Amino acid sequence: MSPEMIRLIANSTGETLYMVAVSALIATLFGLPLGVFLATSGKGELFAAPWINRVLGVVVNATRSTPFIILVVAIIPFTRLIAGTSIGTNAAIVPLTIAATPFIARLIEGAIREVDQGLVEAARAFGASPLQIVVKVLIPEALPGIVLGLTLAIVSLLGFSAMVGAVGGGGLGDLGIRYGYQRFMPEMMLAVVVVLIVLVQAVQSIGDRLARHLNKRIRHG
Amino acid sequence: MNAPLGYFGDQPTQRLIPAEPIVRLEKISKTFPGRDGQPVTALREIDLAVPQGSILGVIGRSGAGKSTLIRLVNGLEKPTTGKVIVDGANIAALPESALRHARRSIGMIFQHFNLLSSRTAAENIALPLEVAGYDKAEIKARVEELLSLVGLTDKRNRYPSELSGGQKQRVGIARALATKPKVLLSDEATSALDPETTRSILDLLSRINEELGLTILLITHEMAVIRNIAREVAVIEGGRIVEQGDVFEVFTRPQHEVTRSFLGDEAGRVLPPYVQSRLRREASPNSQTVIRIGFRGPHATDPVLARLAREEGIEANILSGAVDEIAGRPFGTLVVGVPAAAANKTLAFLKQHGLDTEVLGHVA
Repeated sequence: MSPEMIRLIANSTGETLYMVAVSALIATLFGLPLGVFLATSGKGELFAAPWINRVLGVVVNATRSTPFIILVVAIIPFTRLIAGTSIGTNAAIVPLTIAATPFIARLIEGAIREVDQGLVEAARAFGASPLQIVVKVLIPEALPGIVLGLTLAIVSLLGFSAMVGAVGGGGLGDLGIRYGYQRFMPEMMLAVVVVLIVLVQAVQSIGDRLARHLNKRIRHG
Repeated sequence: MNAPLGYFGDQPTQRLIPAEPIVRLEKISKTFPGRDGQPVTALREIDLAVPQGSILGVIGRSGAGKSTLIRLVNGLEKPTTGKVIVDGANIAALPESALRHARRSIGMIFQHFNLLSSRTAAENIALPLEVAGYDKAEIKARVEELLSLVGLTDKRNRYPSELSGGQKQRVGIARALATKPKVLLSDEATSALDPETTRSILDLLSRINEELGLTILLITHEMAVIRNIAREVAVIEGGRIVEQGDVFEVFTRPQHEVTRSFLGDEAGRVLPPYVQSRLRREASPNSQTVIRIGFRGPHATDPVLARLAREEGIEANILSGAVDEIAGRPFGTLVVGVPAAAANKTLAFLKQHGLDTEVLGHVA
């Protein structure tokens, strides 16, 4: 492999990590409160607001059912508004964030719903407010599940980030298509796939390990 | 009945009951919207008073409405009609923020403990204090105090998954006591524990009641819980309180079918199989009448059967018998058979001696 190729791969890996990291961070920032709200605003729940819950649920589902490549193209005006351009790595972060937010919200909702309702009852019984219940009971108890959910979201974002190459977003996917496919460089394609596999493995095992460390429900030998 | 003399001493418990009970439910009814649109009535016309410093047990089968009842006391459920007065305030009418404040003086423990798995024993106990806004030093001192009260000082850094059921409930009790409540609500707190652990948890609750003067309202479906620690009992069935009063009185002279059923497997109330299988409703010429005699109080020491034989010439056949203890007071149960012809005379004789009698049937 030529030094030129290695430089290209390193650059693209950097771009991919940058896109994924920034979009995962922003999506978590929006997805966490959204997920908590979805999990606690049903009928008879802590922040009961069944109507808003239903509307948000529809919006979340709609976003999640839009194919990512269509989403990327459909929101170009919005991307331009936010990032100032519709081309490049920074522009790619906008659709990645928008696709990841409802996904993360649903994963966090699931993790929060796994928390035993008895704990919420106990917390109410000793005088905790709904906000205190979220901060002191629901999120800490759901943390292992939340970490696993975020791990899954980051792995998915690695896959999505390969698609933004289609709109000039850069990254490993872009490199694989342009060099590996369009210039008939199978070794480049192979290298891209190998790097992605390594990245996914790394993210997954860090996430698993962290979740296991946080999970106090199981005795550690 | 040849019980050792003086064993059945009547010990009426002399307690000072303040005029105002700490918890009072007045004309409580609770209906839930049912699945098919038909409302479901969980509680009807409940009146219940828990005197300050007492231990009152509510016993009922599952579905009798007892968990709804206990949740009314700290406002986890709102009554459809009626008042819930705790320490002078109507819990049912308090706005949410005042209710949260009031809940700090009402501790609660649960069947499944409801401890946070992500927090150690000490951190679980600290939680209500953090919520109430105590500062760190106060929390630390209070948690230490509570850990030693429940005997878990050496387990302070263990997570719930590393503790046994009994230890978890001790953490639950310490957590419930953290904000120094005036009332402790116990929701089937020992139902998930084995008999030995149940005993130790009940002992702890008794001790807390005595040492801290804490009022305890507990619900259970287990007779053992009631007779070990409760002083007063209310029997609930179909959303109504069917019987209530002093534990000894209620369980030695049960008036209601449900109360009797809770006593069912208690010593002396189960007939030996050979009697049970031959028991008939109607008397026949040579049959024996089966009578259950309850010995309580001073009469328990009288050699009643010997006198029955001597004075009335009636020889009673002893079928089963047991000596038991309820609320710390002994009572005896004896099941005897007497010739049908002598049954009325026997009953009159026993009644005259102040004993409780119940005709169970006839054995040919």
